[in-house]
Parts: sequence; structure tokens; C-alpha cells
Amino acid sequence: MKREVMKAVAFGTVATIVVAFLIVAGSRNLAHFDAALVGYTFAVLFATFGIVYRYAMWLQRPPTALYWRRGWQMFLKRGHRRRNAAMWGVRMVKDVALNGFIRNRDLLRWAAHLLLMWGCILAFAITIPLVFGWLHFGTVTGRPGWYRAFLFGFPSFTFSTESAIGFIIFHGLVWASILVIGGVMLAVRRRVRDHGAAALERFGEDFLPLILLFGVSMTGLMLTVCYTWLDGYGYEFIAILHAITVIFTLLWLPFGKLFHVFQRMAQLGVSFYRDVGQREGLAPCRRCGVGYATSMHVADLIDVERTLGFDYAVADPRIGHYQHICPACRRKMLVLSQGRIWADERRGFDREGANRAGNLDTPN
Amino acid sequence: MGVPGNMEFFIDPSRCIGCQACVQACSECDTHKGHAMIHLEYIDRSLSTQTAPVVCMHCDIPTCAEVCPADAIKRTADGVVQSARKPRCIACSNCVMACPFGVPKMQVEMELMMKCDMCYDRTSAGLKPMCATVCPSQALFFGTREELAELRPRSRPANTFHFGNQTITTKVNMLVPKGGGAASVNVIDAFDEEPVGMSISIDPLLAGMYVEDQRNAS
Repeated sequence: MKREVMKAVAFGTVATIVVAFLIVAGSRNLAHFDAALVGYTFAVLFATFGIVYRYAMWLQRPPTALYWRRGWQMFLKRGHRRRNAAMWGVRMVKDVALNGFIRNRDLLRWAAHLLLMWGCILAFAITIPLVFGWLHFGTVTGRPGWYRAFLFGFPSFTFSTESAIGFIIFHGLVWASILVIGGVMLAVRRRVRDHGAAALERFGEDFLPLILLFGVSMTGLMLTVCYTWLDGYGYEFIAILHAITVIFTLLWLPFGKLFHVFQRMAQLGVSFYRDVGQREGLAPCRRCGVGYATSMHVADLIDVERTLGFDYAVADPRIGHYQHICPACRRKMLVLSQGRIWADERRGFDREGANRAGNLDTPN
Repeated sequence: MGVPGNMEFFIDPSRCIGCQACVQACSECDTHKGHAMIHLEYIDRSLSTQTAPVVCMHCDIPTCAEVCPADAIKRTADGVVQSARKPRCIACSNCVMACPFGVPKMQVEMELMMKCDMCYDRTSAGLKPMCATVCPSQALFFGTREELAELRPRSRPANTFHFGNQTITTKVNMLVPKGGGAASVNVIDAFDEEPVGMSISIDPLLAGMYVEDQRNAS
């Protein structure tokens, strides 16, 4: 087994053991663990291993490893910490909570993503504590119709099952389903109508997650419909159907598109790397002299390229490495190099012509 | 479905007249609608009207994809290096800074890298890329090698580029003289190269045509 695989397996195993321990401890030695949800628990444990394994493999790729390291270094760098902390707060709200950058890409995509994201966050925030036995409800002695929520076995707030709060809490997953189904509909609408999306999309990457999320939400809603209006008709079948969709989604989490949820946080590290780098100075292009990237970024990229097996070193000491040329000058040099080849060819013809005729005519 | 194997992109910047038709057409493409991905700029406007049209060269081993920390850039089986996948791109600009051809564009407000994808919605359906469809001087040409040989008998495609010690081969071809000594393009050679000035006698813009005339005459 390769070293990076062994490391990833080790990280995945440790994370899985930690989650298993938290389940046991949080449910007070499984006293509040709901045995009916054991399938979900094992699916979550598998997903934990898979996600941490893939994350660890991902972090070991040379460019990712560099950004991971540099992101933390820049975030914790002396003299920048206060500003970084403030920007962290701003970005968590603007980019993470409100998906501001997606809004700038496309309004429909933004609306779909916001609904999907908050629907999923709400659903996970409810189901994970319930599945792990971290949250359970008990009756309140002497107050019929009242419930008390217990968090990690500790008693917390009480509420009447007939109250608005009770209605909202007990239908939490219904609200989550409505958000997710709305998001899925908008996303599918975009995917079937947008020619650009149609050219690039793939079933496994783009449609499967939508189908899974729709399946989870719809079967979940069917359960509510079943016990609210159908006197529990077919409840067991629907419950099994719901469990299958949820467990499949959890098992698939580390492998497909939904893994971007965990990768996206790297964007924060990148922003600190960029901020600190810009405050510390830009590297001038060795052809045009204009600053085009942070000096740190240029130096880091040279290292990363070398690690990856690229060798853009240039013998000309004025250049040293092609990374020291700005993108605009690279484009110009590409075009000028082609012109130079044609000019060389032409000079060859000119010489031939001059030798033949003893003079050189300039074309009109 | 992908780009048909016999259809290739040929770029001949020396024929570019800077008309901007490619830029306008590019932004019509459905995969990056509203955003022109082709680069078209003056080499040095104070000296010359020479322009530099640059599309993605679609490298066989794309540096942009290799240096991407998010694994967001994929090369499809037909050799097209796709734009960054939207869910993955973390806007680090590694690809922008690493591309030897200076192609990827960072859309800062979207936190997303976008680049020329050879109008994949069109080319994967058997159509030409927008830029090659409208280019009036055939600086950008998309077709078969046979069509190219008929149109440009004195040119030949080169897809090997040198950047110092690094050699990059690409799906997109650049046209060089057919009988010339250069089988590949050494980009570093142009470090000191000046843009074409007012003197037609040293003008690479017309050099290709002149070479063809001379060959036809001899």
C-alpha cells in the first residue's frame, strides 16, 4: 500500500472511531440510542470513513497540500490575525451562508443552491443528533401533552405538542424536504433547458445527486402524509424506501458531487493566502515589468510545478523561469514567436531570391 | 458525444486583423454565455496594430489541471480541456498563473476560473467554435487537415511548444511554414521580439502570403 493511502486510511479510521465514541458517549452508553435507526448509524460511520479518506488523499496532492499549509500559515500570521478574523466572519456570511459568489454566477443557480444547501443543513442538523442518540424527547412529569428535549442526555427546554413551536419542531424534516424539493426542481429546470449545461453534464455527476436528494425528500414527505392522513397505510414499506434512499445517499457522499461541500471550505484558505500575499507585494513580470501576481504565489507555483514534474526553467538569466512572465506577455510571446518563424522563413526566401537575381525586390 | 476526431483547430495569429469578431462571437457561446474567453490584444499599440488572438491550446498534459488544488479542471476523452467545474473551483488562480499560454481567466466576482472550452456545446455537436465561424481572415480555422491543406498549401500545423526546458504538445495547432526548419515553436525566442511595425518588408503579417507567392513564382 502506498504511503499516502496508508495515511488516508489511518485518518479515516481514527475519524470513524471518534464518531463511534461520540455516539456511545452522547447517547449515554446507547441508553437513548434508537435501535430502529441503526442502519443510518452505520451508513454515517461509513460515510465518515469515506469522506475523511478522500479528504486526506486530496490534501496530499502537491498543490492542495501547499494551499492547506499556506492557508493556515497566512490565517495565523502575526500582524494579519485581526484582519483575517474579521474577514473570516464576513466570508462565512457572504460566501458560505449566502452563497454570494454563486449569485454572481447565475440567479437561478443561486436560488437552487441556496434552497438545496439550507434544506440539507436543516435535515442533517435534525437527523444526525437523533440518529446518534444525542437528542431525544421525553414527557414532562405532571404535564400531559408537554415534551422535554434532552441534549446529550441533559434536560433542556420544554414545549407543548399542541403549540406552534411543537408543530415547527416535529415537522422540521418537512420544512427541510420542501426546501430541497424546491431546489431540485429549479436545478433540473436549468439542466434540461440550458444548452451549455446540457453539453457538459453527466448523469453520475449532475443528475444522480438531484435524484437522490429528491428521493430522500419525497419519501420523507410520504411518511408524514402516511401517518397524518392515511392512518399509517403502507408506513413500513415507505419507511424502508426512505431508509434505502438515505443510506444510499450517505454511502455515495464521499464519491460524488456532494463531496464539494467539504472541499469548498478551502476557498477560505485561498482568500487569506491572496489577502496576505497582496499586502506583502506583487511580483513584476520580467518582460513588461508590471506586477501580476503575489511574489509568494509565483515562488510557490514554481515549487509545485517542479514537484509535479514540470520544468519551466529558462536558461536566459533575465527570465530564469517561465513563471516570472505574466500571462499577458505569455500570450504576446506565443504570437510573436510564430511571427518570428514566418519572418525567418521569409528572410530565407529573400536570401535565395537575392542570390538568384542579384538583388531583392520588396513586395507590394 | 465529443469533438469529432477529424475536426481540428488551427490558429494563425499572423493573419489576425484585430476585428474583434471572435471576441463578440465567443461571448455568444452557451457554455460561457456573456463572457468572451478568447484573448485578443495588441502586442504594443504604441508601436503597431499587430494583434494577438489566443484561444486555449488544449494541452495533452495540461499544466492548469495538474496544478489545480481542487481537481476542478478535467480533460475529456476527445482532448478538450474543460473550464473549471463550478462546484469545485476555489478561485485560487493557480491555473491562471501556471498556463504557459496565459489562457485561463479568473472571474473574481464569481470566484470561478473560466476558459476557452472550444465551444464544447457546439463542437461536441459537430459545429464549429464561434470564433472560427466568424473569423474573416481565417486566423482561426476549424476543419479537417485536408481542408486546411487545400486552403493553405504552404503552411503546416505545429503542436509542439517549448518554454525553456519544458515542452508542451497541444490539441490545437499553430500554422508555421511548410518547408521551414521549425517543426515546433520556441516561445522563449520571442522574449526580445518587437511587434511588427510600419515597414511591410519585415511584416510577418504578410510574410506567409509573401512566402507562398515566392514559392509559386519559383
